[in-house]
Amino acid sequence: MNTSASTGMQSLPGPHNITRHTLPNGITVLARENPNSPAVVVDASIHAGSIYEGRSHAGLANFTAAMLMRGTRDASFDQVHERIESVGASLGSSCGVHTGGFGGKALAEDLDMLLATAADIVRNPTFPADHIERLRGETLTGLAMRAHNTRAMAALTFYEALFGGDHPYGYSNDGYPDTVAAITRTDLKQYQQKHYGPAEMIVVIVGSVSTQAAVKLVEKHFGDWGNARQPPRAPAPAERALNGSENRRVQIPGKTQTDIVLGFFGPRRSDSDFQAVRVANSILGVFGMYGRLGQNVRKKRGLAYYSFSRADGNFGPGTWRLIAGVNPEKVDTAIAAMLAEIDRLATRLVTPTELADSKSFILGRLPLQLETNEGVAGTLAAIELHGLGLDYLQRLPDQINSLTRANIRSAAARLLDSKKYVLAAAGPE
Amino acid sequence: MPRNSVTKTRLRNGLTVVLKSVHTAPVASFWVWYRVGSRHERTGRTGSSHWVEHMQFKGTAAFPADSVERAVSRVGGVWNAMTWIDWTAYFETMPADQIDLALQLEADRMVNSRYTNADVQSERTVIISERQGSENQPTFLLSEEVQAAAFRVHPYHHEVLGDQVDIETMTRADLYAHYRAHYAPNNAIIVAVGDFKTTPMLKRIRALFGAAPKRDDPRLFVRPEPIQRGERRVQLEGEGQTAYLQAAYHAPAATDPDFFPMIVLDSILAGASSFNLFGGGISNKTSRLYRALVLTELAAGFSGNLAATVDPYLYSITCAVRAESTLRQVEAALDEEMQRATAIPPSDDELAKAKKQARAMFAYSAESVSNLGFWYGFAEILDEYTWFTNYLERLDTVTAADVQRVAQKVLPNSNRTVGHYIPAGA
Repeated sequence: MNTSASTGMQSLPGPHNITRHTLPNGITVLARENPNSPAVVVDASIHAGSIYEGRSHAGLANFTAAMLMRGTRDASFDQVHERIESVGASLGSSCGVHTGGFGGKALAEDLDMLLATAADIVRNPTFPADHIERLRGETLTGLAMRAHNTRAMAALTFYEALFGGDHPYGYSNDGYPDTVAAITRTDLKQYQQKHYGPAEMIVVIVGSVSTQAAVKLVEKHFGDWGNARQPPRAPAPAERALNGSENRRVQIPGKTQTDIVLGFFGPRRSDSDFQAVRVANSILGVFGMYGRLGQNVRKKRGLAYYSFSRADGNFGPGTWRLIAGVNPEKVDTAIAAMLAEIDRLATRLVTPTELADSKSFILGRLPLQLETNEGVAGTLAAIELHGLGLDYLQRLPDQINSLTRANIRSAAARLLDSKKYVLAAAGPE
Repeated sequence: MPRNSVTKTRLRNGLTVVLKSVHTAPVASFWVWYRVGSRHERTGRTGSSHWVEHMQFKGTAAFPADSVERAVSRVGGVWNAMTWIDWTAYFETMPADQIDLALQLEADRMVNSRYTNADVQSERTVIISERQGSENQPTFLLSEEVQAAAFRVHPYHHEVLGDQVDIETMTRADLYAHYRAHYAPNNAIIVAVGDFKTTPMLKRIRALFGAAPKRDDPRLFVRPEPIQRGERRVQLEGEGQTAYLQAAYHAPAATDPDFFPMIVLDSILAGASSFNLFGGGISNKTSRLYRALVLTELAAGFSGNLAATVDPYLYSITCAVRAESTLRQVEAALDEEMQRATAIPPSDDELAKAKKQARAMFAYSAESVSNLGFWYGFAEILDEYTWFTNYLERLDTVTAADVQRVAQKVLPNSNRTVGHYIPAGA
């Protein structure tokens, strides 16, 4: 590594400038001061994701998260939002498969108010009946719009087909019209009472506040929180065997473009070849203008408006997806071109130039990703959630630079197979 | 952020240069803005500005397309471009010690882009796909119709993407002529923001861009829109289960003194939003229209859109109608709020809130050199970079009476076009 690169790495978040402190009730606080910005970002994760709801209650975890902002013991819906919006702050509650939580930002002078409001919504929500019905109606309208959105339907269908419709990674955690219609106020209250608590909660604060002050503020608003009912963290779900290819088409008459997701199981975040998959995916569909897919599907052959790939790792199996939007008449040609790229990546070595390019890209991008408070907060949250270590960013260059062409091919060969894939296409025919 | 730290100069060939050092992170953002957008396009060549933007990524003799993509990405940079009704902008955001590549690349493609026939043909299919993807969205179809009805004469009439028939028939010669007419130093603005020293940066810009030949100022296609005399209505039928309503009011241009009261009016009606294309808005759940449309369970959601533009454009409200309510009910609720805004000035609290929201959003956008680069260039297109640096001060002078006066001017029904999207599956 040359001198300027190592100086660059020094300025990245690491053990020397991150404060990490665990409160007695289980909350871990990560804080980094950024005196250059007058604003502060908060990012909190709670183990209350949709993995705890089950397919028959699909949408419950998300509905619960959305209801947190709709009224508390101390404040009505209007009062909660007036506090936040009147100072130009933002606060939102949301939920993924494993964790839910809240995120927001404010001018530094309003951080105390932001955390007080955040604590109030996760600890004391009242689930007002009129807001439950209002939100249910909005959600059902959203689901009706989703049913006519080709991109959303291709993605939804892909996950259902890959994992199976009952798998926590397979069904939609926004829910379905029948499950959302069936959720009761009792379901929502019980879900919050059981799953929202401080055990293994992560709060990240980045911005114009000293790290000690940040920790103190979390102690002030969350330090006395406890929940004896909170269950242990859900184990990571397993994957199923893929015996052959599965091909699902969703017909939405009247549309002018077909959206395609073609993919596979991806790595777990803890897999030893995670970074090799990341580099392989960069070569396939990220680097430059969307890697080989951008060159060979979009550009050279003019088959698609967009074509790229994504590899995501989670506690359980991730996904590796090739995604494209194509003219309905060119669907089969585009799929054939995508499969050819899969074969090539899984069976042949990438070129030395391709490998060097993507390594350099992944490491070179770090300063841009970590420019804003939000960028730093998101990275710190992932480091803590997946136990990557505070020196993750300092160790990353060696991890990436030590990868060989053979490592890339093995990682691709382990996960990609042009004869066993899942395809979901949504379009007019 | 001291205001005097902005350097603005003009090179002999007419190129405007705006530089701003920011040393908070080891990154820099370099932008070239051209004063050309869909407003400069005649019938038959609609969409040419956007297509030219695509062609600008096809390479030059010195920088073949693949080699540039590779060079920018190798160092972890991002580059992109955007075309809008008034302008076309290109940017690279890179680790600061690599930013020279952006200067070289932009200086080269200002003059030397190739426009081969093969590239024109393959990009034609890509742009048709882009249009097809947009047509998949009912709100795109609706706003295209509303915009066309609102502007009978002014070229704000057509979508930036262009009409399908023009995309199918435009030639390489049409595109190249558009490039040659508008891509010239005297029709461009350079903005650099980030971790660099101003003096060597300016020297380097002079060296790379100073030789670009000044061209005749483009002959602009300008046809002011006549005053609208009465409400216009359009109706569109399409697939889906959800009905949408859009109401679009002729609104003041960015340099009109009424524009700043209009920003406050938009905040009060529809919530605070940023003009920055990189987003940065906050939620709008205490806005008047959220209360009137969403809390009443008439609409599932809505958005307000005020654009800062060179000529007077549109202030539009778009709503997704809930299945159990009707377009007529949503429109009636909207009308009531618009009438209230014209009848009564906003409260002091509402005014103070709009101003504080603007201050917070300014702070958020200053975290990123790309955002700042956008702002300085955007402001230069509209007016001067001081349009941006004085923004909060000017907003601060807006009074409740100003807001009411502008509401009375903009919000009458006779000044608007209403569009209904009626779904086949409802």
